[in-house]
Amino acid sequence: MTSELDIFVGNTTLIDEDVYRLWLDGYSVTDAVALRVRSGILEQTGATAAVLQSDTMDHYRTFHMLERLLHAPPKLLHQLIFQIPPSRQALLIERYYAFDEAFVREVLGKKLSKGTKKDLDDISTKTGITLKSCRRQVVEEMRGSLVDNIQQHFLLSDRLARDYAAIVFFANNRFETGKKKLQYLSFGDFAFCAELMIQNWTLGAVDSQMDDMDMDLDKEFLQDLKELKVLVADKDLLDLHKSLVCTALRGKLGVFSEMEANFKNLSRGLVNVAAKLTHNKDVRDLFVDLVEKFVEPCRSDHWPLSDVRFFLNQYSASVHSLDGFRHQALWDRYMGTLRGCLLRLYHD
Amino acid sequence: MPGKLKVKIVAGRHLPVMDRASDLTDAFVEVKFGNTTFKTDVYLKSLNPQWNSEWFKFEVDDEDLQDEPLQITVLDHDTYSANDAIGKVYIDIDPLLYSEAATVISGWFPIYDTIHGIRGEINVVVKVDLFNDLNRFRQSSCGVKFFCTTSIPKCYRAVIIHGFVEELVVNEDPEYQWIDRIRTPRASNEARQRLISLMSGELQRKIGLKVLEMRGNAVVGYLQCFDLEGESGLVVRAIGTACTLDKLSSPAAFLPACNSPSKEMKEIPFNEDPNPNTHSSGPSTPLKNQTYSFSPSKSYSRQSSSSDTDLSLTPKTGMGSGSAGKEGGPFKALLRQQTQSALEQREFPFFTLTAFPPGFLVHVGGVVSARSVKLLDRIHNPDEPETRDAWWAEIRQEIKSHAKALGCHAVVGYSESTSICEEVCILSASGTAAVLNPRFLQDGTVEGCLEQRLEENLPTRCGFCHIPYDELNMPFPAHLTYCYNCRKQKVPDVLFTTIDLPTDATVIGKGCLIQARLCRLKKKAQAEANATAISNLLPFMEYEVHTQLMNKLKLKGMNALFGLRIQITVGENMLMGLASATGVYLAALPTPGGIQIAGKTPNDGSYEQHISHMQKKINDTIAKNKELYEINPPEISEEIIGSPIPEPRQRSRLLRSQSESSDEVTELDLSHGKKDAFVLEIDDTDAMEDVHSLLTDVPPPSGFYSCNTEIMPGINNWTSEIQMFTSVRVIRLSSLNLTNQALNKNFNDLCENLLKSLYFKLRSMIPCCLCHVNFTVSLPEDELIQVTVTAVAITFDKNQALQTTKTPVEKSLQRASTDNEELLQFPLELCSDSLPSHPFPPAKATSVDYSSFADRCSSWIELIKLKAQTIRRGSIKTTMTVEKASPVGDGNFRNRSAPPCANSTVGVVKMTPLSFIPGAKITKYLGIINMFFIRETTSLREEGGVSGFLHAFIAEVFAMVRAHVAALGGNAVVSYIMKQCVFMENPNKNQAQCLINVSGDAVVFVRESDLEVVSSQQPTTNCQSSCTEGEVTT
Repeated sequence: MTSELDIFVGNTTLIDEDVYRLWLDGYSVTDAVALRVRSGILEQTGATAAVLQSDTMDHYRTFHMLERLLHAPPKLLHQLIFQIPPSRQALLIERYYAFDEAFVREVLGKKLSKGTKKDLDDISTKTGITLKSCRRQVVEEMRGSLVDNIQQHFLLSDRLARDYAAIVFFANNRFETGKKKLQYLSFGDFAFCAELMIQNWTLGAVDSQMDDMDMDLDKEFLQDLKELKVLVADKDLLDLHKSLVCTALRGKLGVFSEMEANFKNLSRGLVNVAAKLTHNKDVRDLFVDLVEKFVEPCRSDHWPLSDVRFFLNQYSASVHSLDGFRHQALWDRYMGTLRGCLLRLYHD
Repeated sequence: MPGKLKVKIVAGRHLPVMDRASDLTDAFVEVKFGNTTFKTDVYLKSLNPQWNSEWFKFEVDDEDLQDEPLQITVLDHDTYSANDAIGKVYIDIDPLLYSEAATVISGWFPIYDTIHGIRGEINVVVKVDLFNDLNRFRQSSCGVKFFCTTSIPKCYRAVIIHGFVEELVVNEDPEYQWIDRIRTPRASNEARQRLISLMSGELQRKIGLKVLEMRGNAVVGYLQCFDLEGESGLVVRAIGTACTLDKLSSPAAFLPACNSPSKEMKEIPFNEDPNPNTHSSGPSTPLKNQTYSFSPSKSYSRQSSSSDTDLSLTPKTGMGSGSAGKEGGPFKALLRQQTQSALEQREFPFFTLTAFPPGFLVHVGGVVSARSVKLLDRIHNPDEPETRDAWWAEIRQEIKSHAKALGCHAVVGYSESTSICEEVCILSASGTAAVLNPRFLQDGTVEGCLEQRLEENLPTRCGFCHIPYDELNMPFPAHLTYCYNCRKQKVPDVLFTTIDLPTDATVIGKGCLIQARLCRLKKKAQAEANATAISNLLPFMEYEVHTQLMNKLKLKGMNALFGLRIQITVGENMLMGLASATGVYLAALPTPGGIQIAGKTPNDGSYEQHISHMQKKINDTIAKNKELYEINPPEISEEIIGSPIPEPRQRSRLLRSQSESSDEVTELDLSHGKKDAFVLEIDDTDAMEDVHSLLTDVPPPSGFYSCNTEIMPGINNWTSEIQMFTSVRVIRLSSLNLTNQALNKNFNDLCENLLKSLYFKLRSMIPCCLCHVNFTVSLPEDELIQVTVTAVAITFDKNQALQTTKTPVEKSLQRASTDNEELLQFPLELCSDSLPSHPFPPAKATSVDYSSFADRCSSWIELIKLKAQTIRRGSIKTTMTVEKASPVGDGNFRNRSAPPCANSTVGVVKMTPLSFIPGAKITKYLGIINMFFIRETTSLREEGGVSGFLHAFIAEVFAMVRAHVAALGGNAVVSYIMKQCVFMENPNKNQAQCLINVSGDAVVFVRESDLEVVSSQQPTTNCQSSCTEGEVTT
């Protein structure tokens, strides 16, 4: 006796959260059944393994049918085939688009393409696909605020939507994140920086009516950054800047001597990073540069985080007292974001 | 020009991509009704077109309005080649044709394609303007309401229940026409869908005409079925009960007690006459025989004088089963005469209802059934459905005569079915023989009815218990005892019926689903030889099914079956029998005896031991079941309620039954000499298997109950969560070891596993009850068995008695009664433990004798009728106990009227096979939903195999039903039924096809908690107490 066909269809679609998670995690039916058996469900309910197998198959089939709709969550809300209470719909979507941080850290910045997809192991495949669909849709169809868009079109929670925005932003600008030097950074670190950059450095940040959306960096702004070069190219300005910072920080900094010794190097590093951003390749290397030029030198001198903060605050504020410097606004736009990023990036 | 149909196409959404190049679609819509077609403009390059069309107007006869469906086709415009069809929507506009139902159909409909399934949705608005037509000879029957519900629909009152209406139409099946060889599967499927839709419309119209002829205005319990006879054609047939219904003007006044369908009906008379209980609340049975035999005769005379129809004028001739008088006295005789007069002039006094207004059902005789094996004729003339008509007439005649033999003049809970395999067809009909109260069947004034009601109240309830046939001239051997309720009249030991449990019946404990399953192999044969083989097998199958039912019933410690449905399915090389029913313990019937096993070879010591081991196991199971279903001896109720029956109460059960038996011996020994309990003889391995299989049925896990009736006896505190589902399983038998035994085991396992899966899936709803569990078996191929189950899971509140808000007085009362229960529980449990091991005194013993049944089976070539009769009857304990029970009842009643309800989400459409929605009040019936779909695929593997294919299809069917209901303005389908689910596959060709036919009543319901709880309900609470009593005392 073999079961040829075995289905259960409810007027309200039954969704078993545990099975859904197993399905999202990419387990096969057999593995899922084994895992469920291990969870002790048979003992709790007095069911047999055959019942569990049939139940799992059924749920997998349902999820498979739902997946098509999950790719475009608004469809899930308007479709008529599955009657699902709103709370359950929200749960389905949220879980479907939730991702494993470690995994996302891996894919971050890689070009989402077939090649990359091939490298992904089983568990990640699903996430890879969802990312791709997410990015594709965002890129192709939408304008305006990235976070809002994702939230509206994928019906995700605020937090998840922000994370997605970060991913899309990184993917779009192809930031290098895979270098060994950057391995210590978590996805959270990047997401934080991405958010700052989206808020301050994109076109959307300046003008929300812009046609283009806020996932591209503001080209003009990047061009303008060249002007900052004067801060290090002009020796007088550099010295003046240094003395301003040193005066302000004297006695307040535990690593004052190191700072004093390194000031020119650090400043040169930060300003050069800005000046280079006109080239796409350098944009890509932004994080590598930041770590090389700033985080690493400071770390080797054992700057405590509080000192880094003091320094950066002072460093950016002092520029306002430089009479010969005319690009105050530009500086603030650049440094305001960079300061936030650097502080976030500065850890072990 | 009796009607103008207006249609507007608003928009589409989620359309499929039809143009690969642009990834878009250029969609337009064709609207067709009859032979007229309109088109919308092409909406270029969009998957969400906004047509916003003008109103398309069709001027049509109302006859066409009834027959034709509105057909909406969505197409993709193609400049160079033919336009591609995206899909269709068929809309039945019937609900717009009667005034009280929907006024407009407006909403999103899934666009359905028989090959691709649902492909997007379309927003349509439909209206009908009807002109009055004074033509008396018109062919239409607009205005006759149809209900699938098998009881008087809520918010209506039955003025007259006219009786049986039936009709059938035949046609050639498009699938088998020559043209089918050259057209595409899609065209063929669509032709079929359209034809069946047309035929259903025509059928409904014709039935409507018959109803009008009878001066009715509605059909209740409307059941329409398709017989796919293959090459010999397509039959659409329907049966129903014609009624004259009155819309209740202020539905809000009746808002309580929607929990049970018939409870609501119960209130109808009570509301008009708030005080009927005064009659029953006194000392319960002080009335002598004569007192109550008198009142019906009064009512009778009144009726004959007040109504001038010829119904009452028909001469009262032809007493059914001869001597009517002896035991029942003048009452019975009169009642019989009277009912007969009302029913006799009817060709078939059948009623498809399963629940009735109070007082309607006087006696229940037992199940009557008839089957007949027919060979489908190859040559077929669609214009002459006479052959099929004659077949059914024959069977109905037989049912009628069976009922007569039981001393009954009517058949209630009547249904018909077929099973077809190749050219052999088994026609089956079954129902419950009953004696009815004539007052609902004639044109009597309402006032007259009410007065009668008062007078009849007592005798009707009491008379309910008693056998309708003559004790000395019984149509079959049975054990009779005095009714355990009134102790005046005779009741049988076991009762089988096809109806729902009457609400005023006193039930002890809870009920449970009982199934008998059986397979018989048969040789493959052709035509007549095949028909003969089948007819020869049928009586044995029926016999075995009944034995199994009886054994399982005993094993559960119960004494009555309700909602019995026996399905015999024919396949190429086997016959399958599946009987489902809900077992209960009726307080008025005697305690069932145990099951005793007797071996044929007593010499063998080890064998003896084995037997005694089995016996012990059986006894244990009975004891366990009694505990599980809370079947405690009737003393409880008498204790708490304070029954006036002058009988010492504190005696142990065993003592009592002995004392009773001594009373009864004088009466009973004359006719029955049986001394033993129900004996199972084990003389071969087969019988051993039977006993084993008895014990393999596992009870549902704790927190679960199941039944196949509308409501679960013993559970009244439903909460609002419901989940309707359909589950389908197909197994392939290994052809190697096909023996009857192996087959039986496979089939048994299939059903049991299916049930287990359901319990597991729905475990989050615990405590809950699966209601209206409906199993359907089919044998699509040689080695395939398909079982389809549709049911609804309803949650209930376990601890409701102690949790809800009540006045302190009520609370304490309730407490007291529950305390009482707990105190009593202990000795009683002891009792039930010790019971089965005791041999029962003669009067307690039960027997089944099927000789009469088998005797009746006769057969001859081709046309063989099988007369299968199971005749059991019983009685219902009535409300002699109102006085004491009422406060408790009040509490319960109020609880039920205000259940917790939080989830009333917009747009949700509930579906349920029941006629009610727990915790809600149905305010409007919008019309019947009757839909037929075909789905076919040529890419079975790509669609997830057979399971994926059917899963998606059923989900789509649900979606389309919901969409239609929502478009009518409804939020639920009640009395939903999947009448057909024919699945065929050809995995080698990667193909599959499935046909599904569903129906139900679209309704609007309002949550009870949303309604005001009016104080005017108060008077009705009294009457409620009588029906909640059963629950309280258990």
